Amino acid sequence: MGVKAPKKEKTSREISEAKWGWAFIAPTMIGLIVLNFYPVFNTIWQSLCKTGDFGRGNTFVGTANYVTVLNAPETWQSLINTIKYALIEVPFGVIIAMVLAVLLNNKLKGTSVYRTIFFLPMVCAPAAVAMVWKWLYNQQFGLFNNVLHTNVAWISDPNIAWISVGVIGVWSVIGYNMVLFISGLQEIPGDYYEAASIDGATGIRQFFSITAPLLSPTTFFIVQTRLIGALTVFDLMFMVMDKTNVALKSVQSIVYLFYTYAFTNGNKGYGATLVVVLVAFIMIVTFIMQSAEKIFVYHN
Amino acid sequence: MQSAIERDRNNKIIMYVVLTIMAFIMLVPFAWMILTAVKTNQEAISVDPFYILPHSGWHWENFAEVWRSYNFLILYKNTLLMIFFRVVCACLTATMAGYAFGRLKFPGKNFMFALVLIQMMIPSQIFIIPQYLMVSNLHLLDTTAGLVFPGIVTAFGTYLLKTGYQGLPMDLEEAASIDGCNIGQRFLQILMPLTRSSMVSLGIFTALFAFKDLMWPMIVCTSAQTTTLSAGLAKMQGQYGSNYPTMMASAVLAVIPMIVIYVIFQKQFVEGIATSGGKL
Repeated sequence: MGVKAPKKEKTSREISEAKWGWAFIAPTMIGLIVLNFYPVFNTIWQSLCKTGDFGRGNTFVGTANYVTVLNAPETWQSLINTIKYALIEVPFGVIIAMVLAVLLNNKLKGTSVYRTIFFLPMVCAPAAVAMVWKWLYNQQFGLFNNVLHTNVAWISDPNIAWISVGVIGVWSVIGYNMVLFISGLQEIPGDYYEAASIDGATGIRQFFSITAPLLSPTTFFIVQTRLIGALTVFDLMFMVMDKTNVALKSVQSIVYLFYTYAFTNGNKGYGATLVVVLVAFIMIVTFIMQSAEKIFVYHN
Repeated sequence: MQSAIERDRNNKIIMYVVLTIMAFIMLVPFAWMILTAVKTNQEAISVDPFYILPHSGWHWENFAEVWRSYNFLILYKNTLLMIFFRVVCACLTATMAGYAFGRLKFPGKNFMFALVLIQMMIPSQIFIIPQYLMVSNLHLLDTTAGLVFPGIVTAFGTYLLKTGYQGLPMDLEEAASIDGCNIGQRFLQILMPLTRSSMVSLGIFTALFAFKDLMWPMIVCTSAQTTTLSAGLAKMQGQYGSNYPTMMASAVLAVIPMIVIYVIFQKQFVEGIATSGGKL
């Protein structure tokens, strides 16, 4: 008895801990299953169906939606548009933010004021941001054409509209990237730089031999999250590009196309197919990024 | 030595010049938004660069007009309620789950936590159609509950809080359990108060995300009476698209509350984003 008692007590403690544990995770797990995991399978199921009226009366059509989606030029065009947007937003957003973070990491006066200003777009609703930029880009009355004495159709010329939208993306995201870079920079021990100064290494040398490699995990993290963010861009394009805009076809992102089919046209099955294609594409990108991590990230 | 000091000073000047130019570029859209908002439409569409400042006086009444003609009070109320309930739900569910994942032992824990991590890797667009159909079937379209619906639980927040709880020293609980506290008491009285900074990060992140979201409010709240600031702006653009002072005045009204909150709680915002580093 004397031997068994403590063991039994331990077991009842374990049981009690298990009960508490499950009770504590229950709301979250039920929520995730109902709100996220069931929807994944439901979306895949809907992508195999033809949508009836009001989302009811779905009829199974197998891969018919996929055949249509993958044969539609607009699918590929919007995928290319999305990639083009990402090719502007991610590199420029990351490089400019890194430069600003390195500058602000110096012991300068007034850094907090600059940091506040750079981060400001981050707390603004993209809907408002896009409205302001649309006005700046206005061909007839916009500030840019007004000041530059040009007559450029910034957002309705298919050749430049994607760049114009990309610029808004860069402007919006710099502050966010910069804050992450600053916190990455603060983790680099100061004596590395002292040692380098004694050896006579100047600012730019120091950046490439100390800062860049030691910051590479942060850089990689930012590139990865921003890449996924850019590939799912919607708000900017939706707000900037009117439905009548002639450049819409060469700017609209894949999520914009998804929104149009699923919610403007009410074709949930087709929209579900588009979103499954997008997710598959993002999974491939994520996989490539994970493989690239070993090459680009410096591990101490 | 002299040259080193001089070089140092020159470097500083270059840094300030670069930072100031960038700050200027970042501020131009804000400046133009405010300047247009206080002009008459006539002034706004005059193509003379000298008309950068409004010359018939500053028409602050534009704001009052927009406020009245497009019921901003309701937009503010809807946005605020959505943010409030999303923050409360996210913090409540995430802190409980985070505690269990971070500090308790129970069967199935690793599998359940793997589900949390998997959810974080799935792009949220794939959830939207079924979530919309659920809200629609529950007759929650055009309600605050419908706006809050996808944000009741948060995998990301659970992960964030789990990290927070794991970071606390392990002997905290042992002392309490000797005192006869059960797990619920230990959680409420000892551990939860210590994860305040993680909770603040999650709260800010959730609020910002909800505030900026456009697609969800647009699809579940189509009426002007029930929608949020973001989706309200999209509606306004469709209606008054060519009255530029009106548009800019509404844009100012939409961004001002969050900017004020940000300027006051700047430290928490920056730390919150830096520690959460989530997918905004």
